[in-house]
Amino acid sequence: MNFEFSEDQMMLRDQAQRFLAENCPPAVVRKVLEGDADYDADLWKKIVDMGWTAVVIPEEFGGLGLSYLELCVIAEELGRVCAPVPFSSSVYLGTEALLLAGSSEQQEAWLPKLAAGEAIATFALAEGPGQTTAASLATTAKGDKLSGSKIPVADAGIADVVVVAARHDGGDGAALYLVPTDQKGVSVTPVSTLDPTRGHGTLTLDKAEAQPLGKPGEGWALIEKLLNRAAVPFAWEQVGGAQAALEQAREYALGRYAFGRPIASYQAIKHKLANMYVKNTLARSNCYYGAWALNTDAAELPVAAATARVSAIQAYYFAAKENIQTHGGMGFTWEFDCQFYYRRSKLLAVTIGSEAQWQDKLITAVEKSNAA
Amino acid sequence: MDFKDTPEEAKFREEARAWLKDNVPKDSELEGLNYIEQAKLWQKRKYDAGWACITWPKEYGGRGASAIEQVIWNQEEGKYELPGGVFSIGQGMAAPTLMAWADEEAKARYLPRLASGEDIWCQLFSEPSAGSDLAALRTKAAKDGDEWVVNGQKIWTSGAHYSDYGILVLRTDPTVAKHKGLTYFYLDMKSPGVEIKPIKQISGDANFNEVYFTDVRISDSQRLGEVGQGWQVALTTLMNERASIGAGGVNVGFDSVFKLAQKVNIGDKPAIENDAVRARLADWYCQEAGLRYTSYRTLSALSRGDTPGPENSIGKLVGAPKTQDMASFAIDLLEQSGALWDEELSAEAGMFQATYMSIPGLRVAGGTDEIMANIIAERVLGLPQEPRMDKGIPFNEVPTGAAKG
Repeated sequence: MNFEFSEDQMMLRDQAQRFLAENCPPAVVRKVLEGDADYDADLWKKIVDMGWTAVVIPEEFGGLGLSYLELCVIAEELGRVCAPVPFSSSVYLGTEALLLAGSSEQQEAWLPKLAAGEAIATFALAEGPGQTTAASLATTAKGDKLSGSKIPVADAGIADVVVVAARHDGGDGAALYLVPTDQKGVSVTPVSTLDPTRGHGTLTLDKAEAQPLGKPGEGWALIEKLLNRAAVPFAWEQVGGAQAALEQAREYALGRYAFGRPIASYQAIKHKLANMYVKNTLARSNCYYGAWALNTDAAELPVAAATARVSAIQAYYFAAKENIQTHGGMGFTWEFDCQFYYRRSKLLAVTIGSEAQWQDKLITAVEKSNAA
Repeated sequence: MDFKDTPEEAKFREEARAWLKDNVPKDSELEGLNYIEQAKLWQKRKYDAGWACITWPKEYGGRGASAIEQVIWNQEEGKYELPGGVFSIGQGMAAPTLMAWADEEAKARYLPRLASGEDIWCQLFSEPSAGSDLAALRTKAAKDGDEWVVNGQKIWTSGAHYSDYGILVLRTDPTVAKHKGLTYFYLDMKSPGVEIKPIKQISGDANFNEVYFTDVRISDSQRLGEVGQGWQVALTTLMNERASIGAGGVNVGFDSVFKLAQKVNIGDKPAIENDAVRARLADWYCQEAGLRYTSYRTLSALSRGDTPGPENSIGKLVGAPKTQDMASFAIDLLEQSGALWDEELSAEAGMFQATYMSIPGLRVAGGTDEIMANIIAERVLGLPQEPRMDKGIPFNEVPTGAAKG
């Protein structure tokens, strides 16, 4: 039994922690929160220089050819500091879609640029309130032209290429398309969100040039597979954020006195923090399993991804809200950083599908594996 | 990161598997024996072949195996339905305490008999006025020559009625602070003056007892640790209690409730198609999986040679309330029939009802949910203890009061 990261992966974690402590302190997050930029371009450039955007891209495309376990290690650390960068959009979703379904021409065209940080990719699924399904897609492909409106799209304003879910004739009606943004038919309008540390926009497509991604007829199953694979590093980000929120609450509770003693000595607070620890631990352990399933492309991935995703959503939400509660009124002020986790936890909870969706997917996956 | 055994672990597993295959008792061998006799038969067989208490040193009846080998053994043995349970307190709590605190003579005398199943031990810690605050116990021992004279009452003693020996903590000095006046002993449960009364539980079972002591004499040679060091010795026992209670097997879990939801209906559809049912099942699945993979992480640490720490408290803290909620939910799924508790009329022979009625005990045993949360807060997260009103005060001046039922 060896259910843990390797020595090299632990070293990568230490290195990532040191790098982010130096290059992504709270001031960097706050600058994006309070400014107009969609992301911190300096930090992004440094992350690219660290090779993190290249981790899972094969060496033939200029990547490092490392495993998904390394990606999960990095994801946790980025989540811990609420990094204001398009890493999840470009790596877990954009790069992953190309790796999963791109033709060799598409891979050759984009993967080296994504690895080198010369291009940023993102994924456009939602089209408004409610769950997006194969039947609900309104963005439509006519031949190789796409028209429609996607909202909200993370990093739409800075992406060079977007993987777009759209309706087409055939199969179950759903398909993925690759849409470069540097063209007349593509326009982006910034939108405000709960978490301004991550830029979002409306992507409007008006007969935009698009290439189909994946084999014809793969349909929604391909989107589902992409979401399952992305769910694992997303869950690691969430667990990283939840852990940071717990640490922040702990530190504050130890230093804050009421009625002559630290509030951390009251069982009402101790049990709250113990609860955070329990939820975080269960979510983290589920993320280990998710990382294993992702990395080995195991048949258990749908169950493993949903388990990691549901428990990470719950753990992060709980830690983020109870961190504010532990801080009392100060937790509610703009001045304090508790808001970073509260904002990010909710953003990540609805990115790639909400808790309710993933609970349902989990039970569906269990039903399928029991029937098999 | 993988789930496979190392080559050494695989070899050990193969060896264990082969021995079990040939030696697990057949139904015909167990027929006509009561559950204690059955357990003793199996324990003796394991002992004779070197498969009892395998992590113990060979001279005390074990085989000097590693912690990960113990886990592998448990996994393999767990594949069979075998008699047992009556030795868990003796082997799991009394033995580690004897190993850490007894002299060589006592270890050589008692440990092999614990390993072979010849002796059954129980634990006499809790008292009517000392539960979560165990160190507030008041059963007293007064020195009389080379002996101690014991008077008072213990409670919640599992298996006292069939035990040969018991471990116990007693107040030997009420004039010093709470933790400082305790001393740890073991005694022969057949000693004159020991009276055992079963306690009937809400489930109808009687697994626990009250044990009364009237002028019971214990030799000073049966003391573990120094006079006044009892609390420190008790901590050795308690750490092992929390580890072993968390491991307890219960049948109500995701699989059983999931299957039930496929069978019963809500409206005109199977309950499993109801979104609220699916959401709750998903949450429980996540908790069970989280506990399972947390234990895998612990195993990996054991495999590397680490000792498990207080973070293992989460097993019971999550598992017991989850089981209670799942049993309650399963009963709801059965609608009016859920009220039936009858081996023939109830779904799953009444397993959900039986669990519903027995699980409140697990939320309390070996540290309540609240105490477990305190352990995590204090020993894992490093948060301070609540101030204590009895700190530094002589025990006989501490205010007391036991609630009456």
